[in-house]
Amino acid sequence: MTPEPGPDTLFTGVRLLADGVDLTGDLLVRDGRIADFGPSLGRPDGAQVVAEDGAVLCPGLVDMRAALGEPGYEYRETIASAAQAAAAGGITTLAALPDSQPAIDDPALVRLLRARGEETGSLTIIPYGAVTRGCRGEEMAELGLLREAGAAAFSDGTRAIGSARLMRLALSYARGFGMRVIQHPEDPSLSGGGAATEGDLATRLGLPGIPAAAEAILVARDIRLAELTGGSVHFAHVSTAEALDLIRQAKAAGLAVTCDTAPPYFDLNENAIGDFRTYAKLSPPLRKEADRAAVAAALADATIDAIASDHQPRDADDKRLPFAQAAPGGVGLATLLGVTLAQVHNGTLPLPAAIALLTARPAALLGIEAGRLAKGAPGDLCLFHPERIWQVEAGELPGKAQNTPFDGRALEGVVLGTWKAGRRVFG
Amino acid sequence: MSYRQKHLLAIEGLEPPAIAHLLDLAESYVLLNRSGRTQRDLLRGRTLINLFFEDSTRTRTSFELAGKRLGADVINMSVSTSSVNKGETLLDTAWTLNAMHCDLLVVRHGESGAPALLAQKVDAAVINAGDGTHEHPTQALLDALTIRRRKGRIEGLAVAICGDVLHSRVARSNIHLLTTLGCDVRVVGPPTLLPAEIERLGVRAFHDMRAGLEGADIVMMLRLQKERMTRGLVPSSREYFRFWGLDAEKLGYAKKDALVMHPGPMNRGVEIDSEVADDPARSVIKEQVEMGVAVRMAVLDTLSRSGRNDA
Repeated sequence: MTPEPGPDTLFTGVRLLADGVDLTGDLLVRDGRIADFGPSLGRPDGAQVVAEDGAVLCPGLVDMRAALGEPGYEYRETIASAAQAAAAGGITTLAALPDSQPAIDDPALVRLLRARGEETGSLTIIPYGAVTRGCRGEEMAELGLLREAGAAAFSDGTRAIGSARLMRLALSYARGFGMRVIQHPEDPSLSGGGAATEGDLATRLGLPGIPAAAEAILVARDIRLAELTGGSVHFAHVSTAEALDLIRQAKAAGLAVTCDTAPPYFDLNENAIGDFRTYAKLSPPLRKEADRAAVAAALADATIDAIASDHQPRDADDKRLPFAQAAPGGVGLATLLGVTLAQVHNGTLPLPAAIALLTARPAALLGIEAGRLAKGAPGDLCLFHPERIWQVEAGELPGKAQNTPFDGRALEGVVLGTWKAGRRVFG
Repeated sequence: MSYRQKHLLAIEGLEPPAIAHLLDLAESYVLLNRSGRTQRDLLRGRTLINLFFEDSTRTRTSFELAGKRLGADVINMSVSTSSVNKGETLLDTAWTLNAMHCDLLVVRHGESGAPALLAQKVDAAVINAGDGTHEHPTQALLDALTIRRRKGRIEGLAVAICGDVLHSRVARSNIHLLTTLGCDVRVVGPPTLLPAEIERLGVRAFHDMRAGLEGADIVMMLRLQKERMTRGLVPSSREYFRFWGLDAEKLGYAKKDALVMHPGPMNRGVEIDSEVADDPARSVIKEQVEMGVAVRMAVLDTLSRSGRNDA
């Protein structure tokens, strides 16, 4: 089902911001697509006018990493509730992780998820295909068929591909289809059983530690494997200075290596878990302040290619447990823009760079048309006020899952409205 | 009163006057207990529940005796007889306890932070009787009381905590308490059994017993569980005993009047030699048990009063 395009909409007197576009003026959406934009457009008959002082109009955000509760974990979140949260966060395209139940390791499931996205009318879902059957890390899934069905790349979700041989095969085989393999970079034999970053805080709390080196070790290995196979590797939610240095070097050497990070890793450090706060238990774990600062710096120097929400919905019962037993992961759809803008307000990133990290750059990694302001491009848009303030409150967020690590955080940057194919889906 | 918290979840964060208050009060209970008298009106009509998710005859009995000597109604709930095994969550248990109008809740749990989680949800004052590898505050208090009675002071003493510090809640509570009171604290053990960045807790780390015990007033041994060997953290118990087990020779590295402590239960021949453990001139292990009851009486007394102030 393709939603009916909304009425013509004229955005007027807003800052238009996208890759290659930064001007104050008007933008017209007609028949679900961007018809025109420029310093001043006439108002067509019957067009709805949206005018908002000081607002920014950018492409609908492209979130390249989010887990959906469906299929299999509907008690945590449904696609409908995720779509609601995404719209409230200005997100119009989302790449979904495949480690659901069942895992997205079959072409039919890829098609199903794409269709379920279309049914929402507000969110394009681009599934990742599983690298291995059941995301179990044993035998390769049907990568070619998954791609044909519309998988954007291959990933085992929150599970690291631990076997070097398997990773080599996957990179090599996926290369034949021109596809990337996305790694959760944590050496499982070092991170297994861990609950927090190894160091004095984990020692004080008596929590089993995960050394920061667990990330760098897998990144180093997979860079070598990318070199060996000629394949493309993408590292998800990179969180340590050491891993970022390796990625920086690999890029300088011209290897097909890319990466993303998620807002918790440049906005929070390990102290957020103080007193056993399970909402701040993430995978990878929150790091020391020096690593947090290194992630922010890597956003600024373009080592990091995209910012993804790494949305992981959890039920209250998944979190109301002793820390080591609680499920890792935090929701991130509604806070993706606001937390990213904090890096603009603190001077780390210029606003256009921040928007590119949330739109054009992840769209390019996914190989999709979204994330641009161009004549004829889809009318997927996000209108936000960069200075208006709101406070994140677990329990009050849009959507079903409420497990935010940013509970209580005041954010500068409010989504005023979200449009999908020209139709207003939020605000 | 200088102890102002509703619960006793950890030593970390307690100020010296709060620790001193608990130790002074415990001292008075040592005298009361030795006189054979009791003070059964203090907690009369109050309910103390011992909620033990891990077996511990020693600590549970100590709390039970402390509660009874102060006149509380004491109920023991252990994991094997409770419904926690049947899928009931920790928080379901909390709601059940609230319905029972429990005043003092003593919790032992295998997971770090479990008593803190319960404390958020129950009305009772919660006493951490050991959580995972986090803390065991009453053990540190009873160790401090033992030291203070024998040495006449705590400040300025050199204390070596030896063995499996990585998995020891006793070590963590003792490190916080002894550094807060101005001791020179060292931890000694194989590198695989010392936690990351332990020095940042204000201690010095040693891998060699001779260096770690030099000039020590107190040698505190920790229990080494057999599973540490099966998980490959140390190759064998005989190798462990050779390098880190306390025998008369290694004790000779410490001061001549150094005291030997152990939280129990001991693995004789693994972390401690019987010759040392049973030497009445050096070992205060039995005295630690006696101090345990007095310290727990002081804690129950203090928390029951702060509870009343809240109401």
